[in-house]
Amino acid sequence: MIAQHLPILQIVLPLMAAPVCMVIRHPQVVWIWATLITFLCLPISIALLVQVMAEGVIVYELGGWAAPWGIEYRIDKLNAFVLVIVTAIGAVVMPYARRTVDTEIPVSRVYLFYTMLLLCEAGLLGITITGDAFNLFVFLEVSSLSSYVLISFGKDRRALTAAYRYLIMGTIGATFYIVGVGLMYNATGSLNIYDLSKLIPELGGSRTIQAALAFLTVGLGLKLALFPMHMWLPNAYTYAPSAVTVFLAATATKVAVYALIRVTYTIFGTVDILEIVPVQDMFMVMAVIAMFVGSLVATYQVNVKRMLAYSSVAQIGYMMLGLSFDTVTGVAAGIVHLFNHAAMKGGLFMALGAVAYRVGGVRLEHMAGLGKKMPWTMASLVAGGLGLIGVPLTVGFVSKWYLIQAALEKGWWMIAVLIVICSLLAVVYVWRVVEVIYFRPVSEIAQEAKEAPLSMLIPTWVLIGASIYFGIDATTTLDVAFAAARTLLGDGG
Amino acid sequence: MRQKIILRVISKFLIPYILLFALYVQWHGDFGPGGGFQAGVIFAAGFILYAIIFGVATAREVLSATTTRVLLVIGVLLYSGVGVAGILLGGNYLDYNVLADTPIGGQHVGIILVEFGVGITVAASVITIFCTFAGRRPEEHEEEYGEN
Repeated sequence: MIAQHLPILQIVLPLMAAPVCMVIRHPQVVWIWATLITFLCLPISIALLVQVMAEGVIVYELGGWAAPWGIEYRIDKLNAFVLVIVTAIGAVVMPYARRTVDTEIPVSRVYLFYTMLLLCEAGLLGITITGDAFNLFVFLEVSSLSSYVLISFGKDRRALTAAYRYLIMGTIGATFYIVGVGLMYNATGSLNIYDLSKLIPELGGSRTIQAALAFLTVGLGLKLALFPMHMWLPNAYTYAPSAVTVFLAATATKVAVYALIRVTYTIFGTVDILEIVPVQDMFMVMAVIAMFVGSLVATYQVNVKRMLAYSSVAQIGYMMLGLSFDTVTGVAAGIVHLFNHAAMKGGLFMALGAVAYRVGGVRLEHMAGLGKKMPWTMASLVAGGLGLIGVPLTVGFVSKWYLIQAALEKGWWMIAVLIVICSLLAVVYVWRVVEVIYFRPVSEIAQEAKEAPLSMLIPTWVLIGASIYFGIDATTTLDVAFAAARTLLGDGG
Repeated sequence: MRQKIILRVISKFLIPYILLFALYVQWHGDFGPGGGFQAGVIFAAGFILYAIIFGVATAREVLSATTTRVLLVIGVLLYSGVGVAGILLGGNYLDYNVLADTPIGGQHVGIILVEFGVGITVAASVITIFCTFAGRRPEEHEEEYGEN
């Protein structure tokens, strides 16, 4: 009986657990409760992925109302994969969060922090699982509102302005999205994504539908921080509490990328978009600019957290570049990079959180000479950094390998060259940190520093370990990504 | 506003009817226009009128911060709990048909409970938002952090 209701349990569990945190209120008990819930969510998503890979699409009708009238949850290979990413990161972040929360969040607000974290996870999972364009908007708001609150928890007062800026940009993004959904509803009378994908082709040429596509793309582009719309991201990631940065960097933008994939490949997949608006070309141009601007700006940051935030802008560029190829290899590279980047960036931000916990800051001067003081944390930072560069035996290499392959398949060797040049820029910003860590004397601030506690070190190494494991043996992730890409592009599967 | 006798008397006279009207809108929601959201806002409006005339501190004696917080939670859990009840009784999540002997009866039970949950949470949130802006608690500025 439970197996049949797994899709809804995936959402309802964190959604119902979040308000319960408000009643518990005791910091430690709330933490145990929230951790337990995220640990329950992970096996559910894995079970769903296994089921989808074996039996195909799962449909769950809410309230027993059949789509397109009712809301349905529709799980295919792509969103089952994204569900696993989100729940896995959630389950790893919770054990890690306890220590950082103790130092970064006032005791009286700890319960609110975990309430918001669970709500944010519920929202992100909801965006991923739902098969209804309007329901997606509702979950988009659930996750966004909770992430604004989470960012504003940051100890630095600039966290408030960062959260406010994100609030403004995020609200504009969500509004654009809902305007797009409204236009589609106006033209087709349906809100169900699967239904829309059948109705839109007949109306593909109409001005309303084109405007809808434009609004949806810009709205989600803001949410996923695609190049000219990324300005909210660096400050939000830099000033948010450590655990929040890890969670949002590894999940929020990934889920927004997923939503954009849904819009361009499922809803508008059967229309030849290129004939209407050159969306794909625009994605490619913005992706390449994002890769370069993100990496270049990252090379001269003094705050390492901020550096990684700009690197995220660049990495989002890689994902979008993969999507813009419109081929199975390209889209699969983009999808697999969702997972790969979540693992590396999650691990890297966790290592930085450990530095902030022990040393009190993450500027380059705080990091000087930490190679001797915190060997394990610093090793994870280096391993994650190698992943960002794309060194073989890391997940970064797998993503870039398939991106380059996709570019060559299309005969766009210029793009392949650009990917390699951009990786060299990553060498520059990663090396700056490595040099400071290992070849500088220990700074005055870090004299007292010692190795991070195990409760932080283990989650960090779980993610970094995953980024190495799936770099050596990428068959699992690639199989899922290729299967998902084939389904999206209608190539059977 | 303590010296404005007309305001005090009139609002004392009006508040019970505002609350009563909120309950009417709440329970009539499944037959006619109305429902949990509107009812919650009307109920909160009655409460806020009381707070404006008699002071936020007096109003907070009626509904303390803890009470509104618990009410916020109860509303959400009532809504989602009805959904879970649907699963336990053999339907899908939020399937009201299985909640009573007949599907139509079930739909009535389901929507009334769900709307009641919405009403409670909306009333509690509007009151919380008002009280947060109206009465700032000074002790919040002295924040303590946990053991390292």
